[in-house]
Amino acid sequence: MADQTIEPILAKSAASGAPAIAAPFVVAVPKSRHLLEQEHILAGALLAPTLVILTLFIAYPFVLGIWLAVSDKVVGRPGNFVGLQNFWVNLNDTIFLRAFQNTFVYTFIATALKLALGMGAALLLNQHFRFKRIVRAGMLLPWIVPTVLSTLAWQWMFDATFSVFNWMLLNVGLISQRILWLGDGTMAMGCLILVNVWRGMPFFAITLLAGLQTVNPDLHEAAEIDGANAWQRYWRVTLPLIKPIMLVVVLFSMIATFADFQLIYVLTRGGPYSSTHVFGTYAYEIAMRAAKLGQGASISLFLFPFLLMVIVFQLWYIRRSD
Amino acid sequence: MAAPRYGSPLKRAVTFYIPLTVMVGTTLFPFYWMVITSVRPDVELYNVKMNPFFTLHPTLNHFYYLFELTMFPRWAWNTLFIAVVSTGISLFCGLLAGYALARLQFRWAPSLGTVIFITYLVPPTLLFIPLGDVVKAFGIGDTPWAVILTYPTFLIPFCTWLLMGYFKTIPREIEDCARIDGASRLQAMIRISFPLAVPGILSAGIFAFTLSWNEFLYALVFLSSPQQKTIPIGVFTELVRGDVFYWGPLMAGALLGSIPVALVYSFFVEHYVTALTGAVKG
Repeated sequence: MADQTIEPILAKSAASGAPAIAAPFVVAVPKSRHLLEQEHILAGALLAPTLVILTLFIAYPFVLGIWLAVSDKVVGRPGNFVGLQNFWVNLNDTIFLRAFQNTFVYTFIATALKLALGMGAALLLNQHFRFKRIVRAGMLLPWIVPTVLSTLAWQWMFDATFSVFNWMLLNVGLISQRILWLGDGTMAMGCLILVNVWRGMPFFAITLLAGLQTVNPDLHEAAEIDGANAWQRYWRVTLPLIKPIMLVVVLFSMIATFADFQLIYVLTRGGPYSSTHVFGTYAYEIAMRAAKLGQGASISLFLFPFLLMVIVFQLWYIRRSD
Repeated sequence: MAAPRYGSPLKRAVTFYIPLTVMVGTTLFPFYWMVITSVRPDVELYNVKMNPFFTLHPTLNHFYYLFELTMFPRWAWNTLFIAVVSTGISLFCGLLAGYALARLQFRWAPSLGTVIFITYLVPPTLLFIPLGDVVKAFGIGDTPWAVILTYPTFLIPFCTWLLMGYFKTIPREIEDCARIDGASRLQAMIRISFPLAVPGILSAGIFAFTLSWNEFLYALVFLSSPQQKTIPIGVFTELVRGDVFYWGPLMAGALLGSIPVALVYSFFVEHYVTALTGAVKG
């Protein structure tokens, strides 16, 4: 025990070139201080608050969630173990299957668009122009403000009667009757993706811009001298250099989009006719509105395999690049 | 990238100014829409014949409605209180944990770092149903503490991750010097390393504040009485009655709920961007 604790201190002072003076100095301080001089005890003390909160409010609910998913718990009554029945019910529920499909459509289309547009925006912002700082700061506004509140503004802009888009299109003469933006499943899904892209694109733009700024301009000059045009320089020089940050941003965004709740819940509440639910909103609908906690927990658990895949991939990628 | 020659002005307009204008316009249009809706009188809002882009009769009626006939001031206070306290808790925990993971040598350091990184990626959507039961079991359901104690589940991992990265950039030798001069391990940490980490703490704090100000799902599920709600929940649930949307007050509420975070952000843009990019790079 004693060997273990002294060793790192000695190793550390040796490594940093300082003489190993820790030992005589430790003797002089009171016992409580003495304990905190030992790195593993200090580490335990420093990590304790974090571990308590994460255990109580992440690890424990996670286990409880798995229990709920295999129980028939409803609000106000204790649940019984029912095996995989909830999952069986889900897989025979057409609304659930639609939500399953929607979650993937929403995630992949929105992420692809955010990446493409975010990259474009980053390339624009990486040039020199007046008011660059203000433009860059303003760009992030959709990402900063509460999503619920900006989504309400979009809902008002998509209003069946008073939509500003309809007003413009009608007055320009492009349409002769109002478009019901949120009137059917496909249109509504398109609107959800549009709002998601509007909100999430700045995150891509700013992080990719940070990546672009680390690219050494000399490399571009060298490529230019070798006869590469702008397009080739982008694909052969810029892109490979910012690939790591691009990948991380995409993974982060995919997780957030996959587990999205608020944007969809506010704009369509899963409607019309339950055609735009995703896992998050449908789990809420079943657990909170229909009070079937067990069934709802089994729906949100469907998020887990995909999240796990992304997390494992990300950890693998971090290890590899270290 | 910094090529000084851009070719003809026409080319520059097509490849740069036009896309930039479209981008900025699209980004900011919904905010303009919030502003204009919140000051247009109802007779204009609900008249399809009128040009919706401006008004000749601006009114503060919607703001009056919001302040006098709803609990908006109360929601604003709740939101601020919750955001400040949960950010404080998360910074405290994240600072200590980030320091321990970056600086101290102990057996579990790498695996604990990984665990905290994983919890960072766990979305609220996965946990809100069982967490509702946990919150009730602790007897804090429908009180500010229901969210003050649960927001740290996504704020602490973020703060820890960011500050861990920050501590790694502070040379270890500075602390070693203090220890040679007689400072204890703890004193070196509190007096030497923590003050040097202030920019990192500020970044993490700004980011955490905006995240808790904006949170929706936990607040929606855990806070049910009107006087306990936060701005996002209050505006969304109390200003829509059945199928009737009170668009004037709704947009006034959306505007007022966005301004504080936008202000905090505008004062600390650089810190926010550091946090944002640091959050993904680690």
